[in-house]
Amino acid sequence: MNAPYVSPPPVYAAVSLARIAAMLLRYFYLLRSSWPRLAELIYWPLVQMLMWGFLQTYLNRHSGFLAAAGGSLIGAIMLWDVLIRGQLGLSVSFLEEMWSRNMANLLISPLRPGEFLAALMAMSLVRMFVGLVPVSLLAIWFFGFNLWGLGLGLVAFFANLLLTGWAVGVVVSGVILRNGLGAEGLAWTLMFLLLPLCAVFYPVATLPGFLQVFAWMLPPTYVFEGMRAIMFEHRFRGDLMAEALSINAVFIAAACFAFLRLVDSARRIGSLMAIGEYRPPATTGMVTKSSIETCA
Amino acid sequence: MTAMTVSDDTPAIEVEGLTKVYKALTAVAGISFAIRRGSITGLLGGNGAGKTTTIGMILGLILPTGGIIRVLGHDMAAERHLVLHRINFESPYVALPNRLTVRQNLRVFARLYGVAAARRRIDELAVDLDLADFLDREVGKLSAGQKTRVALAKALINAPEVVLLDEPTASLDPDTGDWIRTRLTAYSRSRAATILLASHNMPEVERLCDDVIMMKAGKIVDRAAPQALIDKYGRTTLEDVFLDVARGTGIAGAMVDPP
Repeated sequence: MNAPYVSPPPVYAAVSLARIAAMLLRYFYLLRSSWPRLAELIYWPLVQMLMWGFLQTYLNRHSGFLAAAGGSLIGAIMLWDVLIRGQLGLSVSFLEEMWSRNMANLLISPLRPGEFLAALMAMSLVRMFVGLVPVSLLAIWFFGFNLWGLGLGLVAFFANLLLTGWAVGVVVSGVILRNGLGAEGLAWTLMFLLLPLCAVFYPVATLPGFLQVFAWMLPPTYVFEGMRAIMFEHRFRGDLMAEALSINAVFIAAACFAFLRLVDSARRIGSLMAIGEYRPPATTGMVTKSSIETCA
Repeated sequence: MTAMTVSDDTPAIEVEGLTKVYKALTAVAGISFAIRRGSITGLLGGNGAGKTTTIGMILGLILPTGGIIRVLGHDMAAERHLVLHRINFESPYVALPNRLTVRQNLRVFARLYGVAAARRRIDELAVDLDLADFLDREVGKLSAGQKTRVALAKALINAPEVVLLDEPTASLDPDTGDWIRTRLTAYSRSRAATILLASHNMPEVERLCDDVIMMKAGKIVDRAAPQALIDKYGRTTLEDVFLDVARGTGIAGAMVDPP
């Protein structure tokens, strides 16, 4: 071997932006190397926007009320997509490590769990914007709906939806780390549990009384109510956004705590040594990305 | 090669009463050992002997039920993050992302480990481990032997003082396996680095290791230099010694209370 390169004395850093940047670089390389991964970011938001946009167009022709609330369905579906993309963006980046059997390499590196989560959240933001920006521009062209016209409210909506998406994504990642890829289905389906409760397409008052209690515990409910307030009443409800932010703070803290506990539990049962081993999703029979990659 | 001076006398790895119990199964039963700096130590044992669990606990991937682990003088339960950038690990059961090229993977890990001159270190590893021809090829498109060399490059990216290897030459042809062993010996000797490797490959352990820890059913049943073990058991190869220990034959069968 050559004369050894002697690295400078290692310096311990409790939190390192360089390590977060290293993870972002890893995901950037991955996206750059795979056009299907990039296309997938745009494909589903585009399909949703077109489907709900045409439905909106149809309803506008037959209902004066909905015509007056122009774009509420497209707006709802695009904001719902922010929520689901926030969670999926985080979960998919996490799953990439599981599929590639790279997780043990990361867990024995100096990367701290908080840095890993920060990188996953940042990637979720990148992935969401890669999907949403072109689709929102197409929505203006196709249906005359300008999501960006929601103005400052849009920033508050995005922030709250992303925070909820990340909280769910962090918990799901912890569960997958603890239980292996057999739990992967949760990453693709868990968020849909919120769909009827968050009053995405209808006011929360539509729900039965007991469900309204649960609905108001979920930050996205405040966002979708806020969106309708802008569209129907032309006013921005800052109070709703502040309440959503408070609940999100609790959600994020609880999710990070749960993640750390799940990592500890995984270490206790020894599942981190078996990460990436293929376990068929026997309970659901779902065809997931991991099963596809295993077959490939 | 430039030999480095070992200034610190504390063992590279120190384990006291290490235990791992999974419900009714005791995977590791209160083992204790110390590994001196700059040595290459083999962890030998049959399937289920507790080798991988021991390595997993040293790395922090598995939480011990009891006992103490110190690596480079740091208690791994409380100070794991103070030592992670000074150690590394390689196993055929852990992989690098297939879609990234070799260079991209090494760049990412160099940054994670805080390697100051990452480009220089990658170039150096490319020469040492003969990676230059496929440095810009995706890892998924490499042969098993090339992947092992890349995994080894990742394990050496931070010039670690302690390297843990889990069956480093499993599934490799004899020529590639021999090539890897030569590189590992050179690395350990040139940097006074400590290597702990779990292996089923007896000739590999015989050739590489200064010291061998033999495990059976979660316990250490013997420990000595390879030749000393061969002499002690009155055998001609380490493989015969391994079989005696695994089957409880020869003098291994006569041992009531293993050392």
